[in-house]
This record gives sequence, structure tokens and C-alpha cells, in this order.
Amino acid sequence: MSTIQSIPIANYILLSTVLFCIGVLGVLFRRNAIVIFMSVELMLNAVNLLLVAFSSYWNDPAGQVFVFFVMVVAAAEVAVGLAILVMIYRNTGSTDIDVLNKLKG
Amino acid sequence: MKTLYILTALGVIAMLAEMFRFKKFLLPIVLIGLLGAIASSVKDWNTNIHYYNYMMTFDNFAILFTIVLCATAFLWFMMSQNFLDSDPIAIGSSKTDHYALVLFALCGGMIMVSYSNMVMLFLGIEILSIPMYVLAGSRKDSLSSNEASLKYFLMGAFATGFLLFGIALIYGATGTFDLKTLSYFISSSATVPTWKVSGAEPLLYAGILMMLIGLCFKISAVPFHFWAPDVYTGAPTPVTAFMATIVKTAAFAAFLRLFFTCFSGMGSVWMNTIWVLAALTILLGNITAVYQTSVKRMLAYSSISHAGYMLLAILAMNDHSLGSVLFYAAAYSVATIGAFTVLSIIENHQATRNQQPATVTFETLSGLAKQNKFLSFAMTISMLSLAGIPPLAGFFGKYYIFTSALQSGYVWLVLIAVLGSLIGVYYYFRIIIKMYSPSLTDLQAQPTAVEEKGELLSFAEVGWDLRIVLILTILLALLLGIFPDFIIRLI
Repeated sequence: MSTIQSIPIANYILLSTVLFCIGVLGVLFRRNAIVIFMSVELMLNAVNLLLVAFSSYWNDPAGQVFVFFVMVVAAAEVAVGLAILVMIYRNTGSTDIDVLNKLKG
Repeated sequence: MKTLYILTALGVIAMLAEMFRFKKFLLPIVLIGLLGAIASSVKDWNTNIHYYNYMMTFDNFAILFTIVLCATAFLWFMMSQNFLDSDPIAIGSSKTDHYALVLFALCGGMIMVSYSNMVMLFLGIEILSIPMYVLAGSRKDSLSSNEASLKYFLMGAFATGFLLFGIALIYGATGTFDLKTLSYFISSSATVPTWKVSGAEPLLYAGILMMLIGLCFKISAVPFHFWAPDVYTGAPTPVTAFMATIVKTAAFAAFLRLFFTCFSGMGSVWMNTIWVLAALTILLGNITAVYQTSVKRMLAYSSISHAGYMLLAILAMNDHSLGSVLFYAAAYSVATIGAFTVLSIIENHQATRNQQPATVTFETLSGLAKQNKFLSFAMTISMLSLAGIPPLAGFFGKYYIFTSALQSGYVWLVLIAVLGSLIGVYYYFRIIIKMYSPSLTDLQAQPTAVEEKGELLSFAEVGWDLRIVLILTILLALLLGIFPDFIIRLI
């Protein structure tokens, strides 16, 4: 029995749900685009933790493989997201999302 | 599966075109490649082959949706030549990059319609979305394009978080990502108690609802729609056309595949939620569309309301749902491509004249029929098809979806949907009436005013490729409307 399995599964679920909720609240309430990116990353990492915990619980490697996919995609997303942010910073000189209010109606 | 290889190869070829200087021949290569992709997926008909340990399954459902996606992409590549070649607004836009991004997005769409494992669902959605984030922001110096890109990215990543959390919870409850094993687990959970751990159901329920939220973001169903109008308005018009047709079709196919093959055994968990979502989407989408002044924004809201109609078919869950969604997606894609083609022609015409990005409002359209009969006719056909007027494809799309919902007993929801499409008729006809009524400048009949409005958009200004696209959309809208049984019987 490995260390990860010695802790009851409910604790992992609770921890990752709390992390996920912190991420969601960050996306909803922070105004700085970089902080929002970080919150999204927090959501994805909460999911990764949950997947690894379940993977160990079921003795099934599929969950851990999924984590790799999530990490790869998250890296790709951050690359694109930061590029978009740099583009916006060049045009507006700010990373505050309230600066972007062109589209209304 | 060959279709996926062909599309990926086309994307790579598009990137090489810059290096080896055959940019001029890129469009014919891509168009021929897309036809080849369609042909190779037709060849797989009725084979039901699994790939990579049941990661993907090319059943007839996947093949038909792949054909719809590739055919729409075919039309899209022809309509967006202005954008791909020399966007009059963007600075330093690179043609080959746009081609490659679109083709890779199409690969993602193909994975989304043919997955049979949650991993592939996630990867498909991301492969489709990440190029779209870039494309939405492809006018680097335009603030509205920037904003669209950032909003799309943030909302897309946020939705992905929900989808992933849902997948993780379902994995926790069942120990599998495979759709087939999962559907077996769900349908037999009552009879085989040894299979499940006690207390796992809440995880499963929460997981299904989280995945539902994630997918509703992607199809822009109310109340997860708020990003869509902004993104659709801010992105360059051809990109908007891509998002409104191919992205939406792929997302719906993914939605349908998941809930149809997998969660149908647990209807009680999610059906009421979808009922409310569908009703809200239809009503809010249509009512908000009435109040728009920008044509592009109106089309964005109309595309939200069309997502509502398609939700009806998912809810109906009977033999006709698959066929009706397929037909609806095809009819809707053809009409939307037509509408956006006309829109982008007018926008380009104005932008090159004024040297700045133009917003096409209802006023801009007034008197269009006098300037260019062909454009206004094509727009009329598209609008009539979207509104669901009988001889055209859109009518039969709605008809099939409504009847399949009625068969499953959703009378009230169908009534709401009919009410919604009546509201839809109002704003679609507003465009037609504007086009065929004389414009303000005509009424005043002052030559100076006409000059201010600029030279007229004559027929000769519409390029050959655009003419072919418009003729194809008109023909397809008519043909699908006259022979609707042809497609619906396939599934």
C-alpha cells in the first residue's frame, strides 16, 4: 500500500474540489488577465490531482496518462494565452480585462 | 481514419507552402484534399472500425458528421479568400498560417465527432479550440479582435476546466474513460451491484452535470452564452463564419455522442436541466436578436437560438434524433455560410473604400437589392432558410427536430420552440425588407449623399470564388429542402 493510498479518497476529492472552487472564484472575480490565467491553471491542476488520486484508488494507469494529456494541453493553452495577452498589452498598455470593453450591445 | 491523416497532411502542406513557395497553388491543393477527405470517409461507410484501442470509432454517425464538416470547410475556404489572401484590415497577416490553423482545427472537429474515449473528447475539443483562439485574434492591431480572442480564450479554458472536472469525477465513480464500458456501467448499475462502489453515484451525477456545463459553454447555450455575441462580433467575419458553422456542428456532434451513447441510461439526472437550458436558449437568443443593430451580432444571437433548437433533439433521445441533428446542422451551416459570405463581401467593400474596419448595420443593407440583385437574392435565401420557410432546408431541419421532440412527448418545449422561431421570422425578414426597400440616400435623391455612401457594390466586384460559393449555398439550401429524406435516411 503506497503512501498516496493510505489517505482516504474522500480527502483527495475534498481538496481538489476546494482548489477547483478557488480557481473558479478567481476567474470570476479577479480583473487582471494574468491572475485569471493562473486561476484557470489552478482549476486544471485540481483536476490533475483528482485524476491521480482516482488512478491510484482504482489501480488503473489510465488516469495518470490522462494527466499527461492535460498537462500538455495546458502548456499549449498557456502559450497561446500569453501570446494573446502580449498582443493586448502592446495595443492597450494594460492587462486589466476592464480595458477591453469595445464589444457591447 | 484516412480522412484524419489527409486533413493533418494538408495542414502540414499548408505550412510548407511558405517555405517552398507554392502559396499560389495552396487553395486548389486544399480544396482537392478536402474532396479526397470526403471520398475517403465515404469509403469507410458501414465499416465501424475502431482505432487505437477503442480511442476512436468511425461509425456512420462519425462519417456523416465528418462529411458535413469537410463540405462546410470546402465552402469556407472558397468564401474566405479575401481574408486569407490579403485581409484589407489586418497588417502582416500570413496566408499559410491561416490555412494551417483552420485545417488543424478541422482535425480537432473530426476527432470530436468520432471519439469513443473521454481522452479523445478532451483532445478533440482542445485541438479545435486552440487554433480558434489564435484565429479570432488574427487582426493583431484591432482592439475588438483582441478582445474577442481574449474572451474566447478565457471562456474556452474555463469551460475546459469544468469538462475535465466532470471527466475526473466520472472516472472516480466508474474507473474508466471508455464510452462503451461507461455506458455498460451506467445501464447495468442497478442490476450488478458488485460493479460499483457504494456511494459512487453522487460523483457520477456531479460528473455528468459538470460535463454538461462544459459542453454547454462550447455550444453557447444560455446561460453559458455570454461570450458568444462578443466573440462573434469581434472576430474577423470569415472566422466568425467558421465558429458559427464548423465549431458548432462539431460541438453538437460531441454532445450528442456523449449523451446518446453514454448517459442515456441516466436521463433523470440531466434531462430536466437540458429542458430548461433549451427553453432559455431559444427564448433569450431570439428575443435578444430582435434588438440588435449590427447584422453580425444579430447572426450571433440567432446562432445561439439555433443551438437551442438542436438541444431539443438531444432531449428527444429517440431514433430520429441523430438524423434530425445531422440534417439541421447541415442546413444551418449552409445558410450561415451564405449569410456570412454576403456579409464579408459588403464589409470588405466598405473597408477597402474607407480604409478602416466596417460594421454592417441594418441601415448599411438598405437598398442592397438595387445595387446588387445577386447578393441580395443569396442573402434572402439564407435568411429564409434560417427562418425555416417551407421549400428550403431550414424548414425541414426544424420540422424533423420538432417532430422527434413531439414523439418523445415534449409538447410544451416544442410550443416554446415554435414561438421562438416565430420571433426569428421577424428579425430575419427585417434584413430582407431592408435590402429590398430603397435606402435613405435614394429617397433624398441627392447626388452628394450618394457619393458619401460611396460607389455601389456592383456584381462585377464579387469575385468568381465568392459567386460559386453563393450559388452553391443557394442550390444546397434548395436541394436539401426538396429532397430532405435523402440525408435523414442515412443514419
